[in-house]
This record gives sequence, C-alpha cells and structure tokens, in this order.
Amino acid sequence: MVTLTINGKQVQVPDGSTILQACRLHGIELPTLCYDPDLRLAGSCRMCIVEVKGRPLFLAACVAPAENGMVVETESPDIVQARKVILELLLARHGGKCLTCEKNGNCKLQDYCYQYGVSDTRYADGGRHHYPIDDPNPFIERDYNKCIMCTRCVRACEGITMARAINVKNRGHNAKIATAFDGNLADSPCVFCGQCIMVCPVGALTSKVSAGLGRAYEVEKVLTTCTYCGTGCTLELNVKDNRVVGVTSNRSADWSPVNRGALCVKGRFGWDFINSPERLPTPLIKENGEFREASWDEALDLVASRLQKIKEESGPDSMAVFTSARITNEENYLAQKFARAVLGTNNVDHCARL
Amino acid sequence: MTNSINELEKDAKAIFVIGSNTTENHPVIGMKIKKNVLENGAKLVVADPRRTDLADLADVYMQHRPGTDVALLNGMMNVIISEGLADQDFIAANTEGYEAMAEVVAKYTPEYVETITGVPAADIRRAARLYAEAGAAVICYAMGLTQHSTGTDNVKSVCNLAMLTGNIGRPGTGVDPLRGQNNVQGACDMGGLPNVLTAYQQVANDAARAKFEEAWNVSLPAKPGLTLTETINKAHHGEMKALVIIGENPMMSDPDLHHVEEALEKLDFLVVQDIFMSETAKYADVVLPGACFAEKDGTFSNTERRVQRVRKAVDPPGQARVDWQIICDLATRMGYPMSYSSAEDIFEEMRKLTPSYAGMTYARLEGKGLQWPCPAEDHPGTPFLHKDGKFSRGKGAFSAIEFIEPRELPDGEYPLILTTGRSLFHYHTGTMTRRCVALDEHVPAAEVEINPALAGQLGIEDGEMVRLSTRRGSLEVKAKVTDILAEDVVFMTFHFAETAVNWLTNADSLDPVAKIPEYKVCAARLDKI
Ligand code: SF4
Ligand code: SF4
Ligand code: SF4
Ligand code: FES
Repeated sequence: MVTLTINGKQVQVPDGSTILQACRLHGIELPTLCYDPDLRLAGSCRMCIVEVKGRPLFLAACVAPAENGMVVETESPDIVQARKVILELLLARHGGKCLTCEKNGNCKLQDYCYQYGVSDTRYADGGRHHYPIDDPNPFIERDYNKCIMCTRCVRACEGITMARAINVKNRGHNAKIATAFDGNLADSPCVFCGQCIMVCPVGALTSKVSAGLGRAYEVEKVLTTCTYCGTGCTLELNVKDNRVVGVTSNRSADWSPVNRGALCVKGRFGWDFINSPERLPTPLIKENGEFREASWDEALDLVASRLQKIKEESGPDSMAVFTSARITNEENYLAQKFARAVLGTNNVDHCARL
Repeated sequence: MTNSINELEKDAKAIFVIGSNTTENHPVIGMKIKKNVLENGAKLVVADPRRTDLADLADVYMQHRPGTDVALLNGMMNVIISEGLADQDFIAANTEGYEAMAEVVAKYTPEYVETITGVPAADIRRAARLYAEAGAAVICYAMGLTQHSTGTDNVKSVCNLAMLTGNIGRPGTGVDPLRGQNNVQGACDMGGLPNVLTAYQQVANDAARAKFEEAWNVSLPAKPGLTLTETINKAHHGEMKALVIIGENPMMSDPDLHHVEEALEKLDFLVVQDIFMSETAKYADVVLPGACFAEKDGTFSNTERRVQRVRKAVDPPGQARVDWQIICDLATRMGYPMSYSSAEDIFEEMRKLTPSYAGMTYARLEGKGLQWPCPAEDHPGTPFLHKDGKFSRGKGAFSAIEFIEPRELPDGEYPLILTTGRSLFHYHTGTMTRRCVALDEHVPAAEVEINPALAGQLGIEDGEMVRLSTRRGSLEVKAKVTDILAEDVVFMTFHFAETAVNWLTNADSLDPVAKIPEYKVCAARLDKI
C-alpha cells in the first residue's frame, strides 16, 4: 500500500496506483479529457494536472504514480488557473456550436468550461481551422472543427476494435485525426463500430442515424441485449417520447459483461427498423389472394378454429410450429408448449441450422 | 460454447478458427480475438475457403477446398499423434475410443491431405504444432463448419482434436461454436426442437415427459417430431396441413426456394407471426403482428450460454402485440387456457422444469446475467464446461471419421463451387437490417465474389452484372472481383430478397443427423451476360 495526502486528507491506495486512481478511489473527482480507463494512457491533455509539494512542475495525475509521502493538491488556485488556460487553448481550436451540437449537455468540454467559468478564449488569433464536414459514410459524422485532439478515438480504434483506421496526422496547431490518406472512412480499415463515437468527449464524432432526434438529457436509456448475433452484447436503447432514437453502450463490466461497451455496426447503428413505417400494425387476413386488416378477435378466432379443425380431421402431426431464434426464451418456451400441449405435436423447430 | 467469450481475449494462447468469418458475423468476438493476437501474442490459425480478415492476421492460414474439413482436421491430428504431441494423460484419464480414431487418422498424412484439401502439407504441420503446443488452445467455428452434408462429422472432428490435446475444461481452451443468432442458443435450450423439451430433456423419455405432463396438465406426444427441413419436405408432399411460423423467414433462409414456395402453397393453412411483411408472410392466410426486442421484457441466451435480460423500451406499433401474449391468446381460444402476468411469470414456470436454468431468477440476472448450467439459486453459473476433463456422459468419446466428399460436386456443366454466408452490415434474411437506413445505404445489394483469374477467363470486370446458375435456377447479380477466394469458388451473401441466393442452393443434400443443408457447397456456373 502507498500512503499519501490529497487535499489535506491522508489516504492509502494499492501499489502501482496513479494519482488519478488514488483520487477517484477516495471520492475526489479530477477533470480528465484524454484519460480513459480502458485505453492506453496518453497523458496529453493536461486537464488532470495536480500540484505535488516539492515538485517544480504540475503532474498529470492520470499517468503519475502515487508515491509514499506525496502531498497533493487538486484544486489549488494555481491549478485552477492552469486549467482555465488549458480550456481557453482548447476553445481556440474548438469552433463551439453548442446550440446545434448533438453533444450539448453531455460534453466534457462544456462541463469543464462551466465548472471553471471559461466562456471565451484569448488565444484564437491564430485563426481556427475550417475542416470540411464531408465524410459520406451513412454512420458517423466527423466534425473535426470540434475536435480537441484527446486521441481517445484513435486509441479506442486500435485498442478495442483493433482496426487502426485512424491516427494523428501533422503536429501542433495543424494536428488532426485522419485515416491513412486523410480520406473517407469507407476507404480505410474502418468497420463502423462507432467505438470512436463512444469515447469522444465532445461533439466531434456523432451518429448520423440519431442526428437531430434528441440529446442525452432528453432520452431515457434502457439497458437491453442486442437483437442481432449470438455474441449477446449489452446496449442501451435511447428513448424519447416512446420512440427509440439511438443506441449507446454501457462500459461497466458489471452491466455489460460480454462487450463492456464495445458494439459492432449492427448493434450501434442498426436500430431504426424499430420505427420503420413498414412495421405491421394490425392483424391481416387473406381473402381472394389479398390481405385485409382484421381485428385481433377475428384473426385469432379464425386461426384457432382452423387449427382445431385440422387437428380433428388430419391429426396433430399434420401441423407444425416454427419458433424463432429471434424471440425471447420465455416466448420460445411458450411456443413449444403450444405445439406440444395445445396442438399435440412435437413438430416444432427453428432456424438453428440455417 | 464450452468456454466463455472473454477467455478468447486473454486466456487462450492459441486460437484455431475454422469455418467462421468472426470479424463479420460475430464482430465483437472478432475484436477480442484480434486483441489477444495483436497485444498478447496469442497464436492464430485460420482455416477457411475464403481469406477472411482474421486469415490476414493468422500465423498459419489454410485455404482448404470447401467441404474438406474432416480431411484437414484428420491431417492435423495425424501430425499431432505422429510427432508425439497428443496429451496421453488426458486421453487415458478422460476419454474412450482413442485407438479406433487413431487408426483412421493414420492414413491422413499431411501429404495425402494436401491432395484432398489443397492445403500445403507444411502448413498443416505448422498449424497442428501451434495448436497442440500452445498449452491453452481453443477452437472457434461457425456455420462454415456445420452447413455441410458432413456437418456432424466436422463437429465431431473438432471435438476429437480438442480431446487429443487435452484442450478442454480449462480457461482459454474448449470447443466454441459461435452461434449466429441472438437467441438461437435460447431457442434450443427452451425446447424449440422436435426431439427435446427444455434443457435437452428427450421427448421420448417417459420420466421427462411425465414431469411436463404433470406441470402442464395435459398428455404429451412421445414420438419426436420433424425438423424444419423435414417439415418443408412433408408439406411439399402435401402431407402437412397447417404451419404456424413465428418470426422465421424460410422463403429467404431455406435452401432451394422453389421447393419452399411449392411447399408453402400446398399448405391448407399458414399463420405467420412477424414484425414485417416478410417474404414468407406473403404466403400466409393470416398474419399476426408481433413485437420486436425493444418492445418486450424477457431474456436471451447468448453463444456462451449466458442468459441476459431484454427490457422493454417502447410500445409496439399500432395494435401489434408482444409475441407471448399472442401465443397465450391462441392457446386459450383453442381450449387450453394460458395466462401469465409477465415474462418473469413464464420464466418462473420454465425454470422449475429446466434443470440448467433452475437457479436463475430475474433478480439474479440483473447486471451480468448467468451462464448455464445454474442448477440452484446459490450456484454461481458455469463459465466453462467439463472442468478437469469431466464430461457429462462420463468419458469423452473419440469418433473415428473418414472424409466424405460433399454431395454436389462441380462437373463440366457446373464447374464452380458456390458457397454462401453473411456480410458485416446485414443480418440473416435482412428483414431488419434492410430496413435500417444506414446499413442498407452502405451495402444495398448482393454481390457474387469471384477470383480475378476466373474473372479474366470469363472476361468479367469488377462491378459487371453476371449470371450465376445452379441446377435449381439462376439469377443476375453484380460481380465483385477479389483474390480472397480460390479460382473455382464463388461466394454470395443471402440477405437480399431481390437476389436471394437460396433460389440456387440445394435442399437435397442434408447432413443425415443434424438435417442441416449444405449451404457451403453446391455446383454452380457463372456466365457473362
Ligand atoms: S468506427 Fe470503429 S473502426 Fe471506424 S474509426 Fe471508429 S473506432 Fe475505428
Ligand atoms: S475526434 Fe473526439 S475522440 Fe477523437 S481526438 Fe477529437 S475530440 Fe478526441
Ligand atoms: S453488437 Fe454486433 S457483435 Fe454485439 S451482439 Fe449485436 S450484432 Fe453481435
Ligand atoms: S486526462 Fe490526464 S493528461 Fe489528459
């Protein structure tokens, strides 16, 4: 164990902890932008700086190891002043358009500017970049005018998805995130998993499928299991006014045991079939080769009486049920119970082999 | 899966992927395999007729001729036995039937297997050594291994390989079938199969049936029923009168759609319960609108046997109803009252009849879910099966398996092998993903993948429309020229109703045990239009 003092309080943390981990273990919050517990450390944004007695320079808490006897201050006047400068420098780059931004209300830059009272920048003289927003892929909006160069997207792409589709191009003021030839994602190894959207702390990367449908504070998140492949990823359906408007993910191993927030393109962007105008709203009965709408009573009575008659005339084994690999366990249980107990046949199967 | 998904990311020291395009069909599992290989140095062996994304990363990639899996696996076992790499202690303690298997495998020398599979003998040797010497090696497979007329033999062969090297019953080992659909595991567990009730309790077993008869207060049929493919065949003979289809789309997913179409048309009565007017629903007499996963509570069981909650987020559209309520109403109207207050209520009835789910409750499933078997409420669930080499049937049985050629081989008229599969961007018959705006915009149509040499011979350019034919029919489709396939193999996905490749596949070649159709091999020809 390591013993150190943070904001006047003596604390103990396991060997090998960083100062950031030590703070969080003891309920002291530090602002972070580039830090992500699941990704390779970058230690580049310097939002997490702290003052350590006897050290001439501020330390980035996310990478600095906690050491015995350290005396740490996390919100001293000098630190607060330095963080304000860092935020102003970020604003010099970030062409904030909060009014129309998808991330408004769920943006770390906004949060920290609010926390530290930073509303403007003194450093915008160099002129902001004006990057075109023109990647034609249907999934991900890339607006690098909002990018704060935290590189979380790069590290998620290489460390979670293992795609290495994007990287940092150029240095200093001209640094930007780009594919190998600074082109479109579709021409890179990108698999459109959206892990980069998941980790982006600002509105530089957002879902085109959810664009304009609601912001984080307007939606309720319902934790559920993906409807596509057998991996069984946990995802969050974002609901606004009884309508699914997007998918996000939960990165906790306690709530997302299989995927810890990682999804694929189908899980993250394949939800809008739920709202398709082609969804069937009423029972249909075919008459003279054409479907007509029917009430539930009429449709169910018809099905019950036809099945009953066929059972009596031709026997239970002249009927079969195809249940589904798509419906729930509870429904599969009832479907086979229906075949066996009600129709009286073991002719029940599903597309396990197809 | 005998083992758990996250073991693929950290515990496995070697991963053998055969017949699984993991990064497209189980993408998040694919990411974990890549992470283990790229960050922890796990060895990767890939066997697939198509050079997949994982093949490009592999230490050894074996591009075997479609349908020659048994020969390839026997070849690897031949190397393992002849080089003394077999785990004799494990074999002696935990298995039976080794000698008979070893006798068959003896003739499958790498050189002989090369003549069957086209895989260089040296690669077979390297692959066998990587797998056998890793210490903790896992086999992942999917439909590429099972959708063959010898699918059961193929699966038995991978089990042989795992037992031969003692790669069973420890973290990072095992035999992991990657199941394709969100709840295909659950549909099987729940007895959505013609021969078993829940948790694989045989319908032919009197004691099992008696238990259900008492709980359900009804007498139950003892004779195993028909599989899906057999049901379609029986309907085709005019002997099946009524079919109730819940959320399945055989008019896209089944082999030889002419055959399916004729079968459906011969039914007296077809009911389809679905969320869309699927290709199959069009043939129905009555269509009942069900609810999708976002509109209901319940559970799904994933490929690692993990039972997880599904939670209702929104109401179904219009008058559409949750599927279990529709089933209950129908049963009640047929004189067998079914009434449940909630999905949880159904789960409670089910688990009392289902030993492997008996210890699960909705409260316990919160958060991480539970992996079956979970026989009691204080049981933590089972991340990996066969701990310490203990098999449920006592000893693990080796099978002695000879290679058999696929049923429909290329000939002069149909000189190519057609093999089918999926794309990352679509799901199964496309009823859902084709109605997702972004997915369908990104990949709007089917393509037939062909090797550049074949394209050259036929004078076909990338992107040109071509005619693909088999003995069942033909269709026009865009050609995609790619060197990931051998010269005599063509590949097509089955998601697209406009160019449904299952008009061309073969309903006659089924695995004799599993009744799985041979989607991965049929004879085909390609013509310039
Ligand atoms: S979508 Fe996925 S693969 Fe593409 S850049 Fe983002 S993280 Fe990388
Ligand atoms: S796009 Fe987002 S995640 Fe990527 S570097 Fe910029 S701000 Fe960070
Ligand atoms: S998000 Fe992708 S990998 Fe995960 S379950 Fe859904 S389809 Fe499968
Ligand atoms: S969060 Fe520590 S340097 Fe960025």
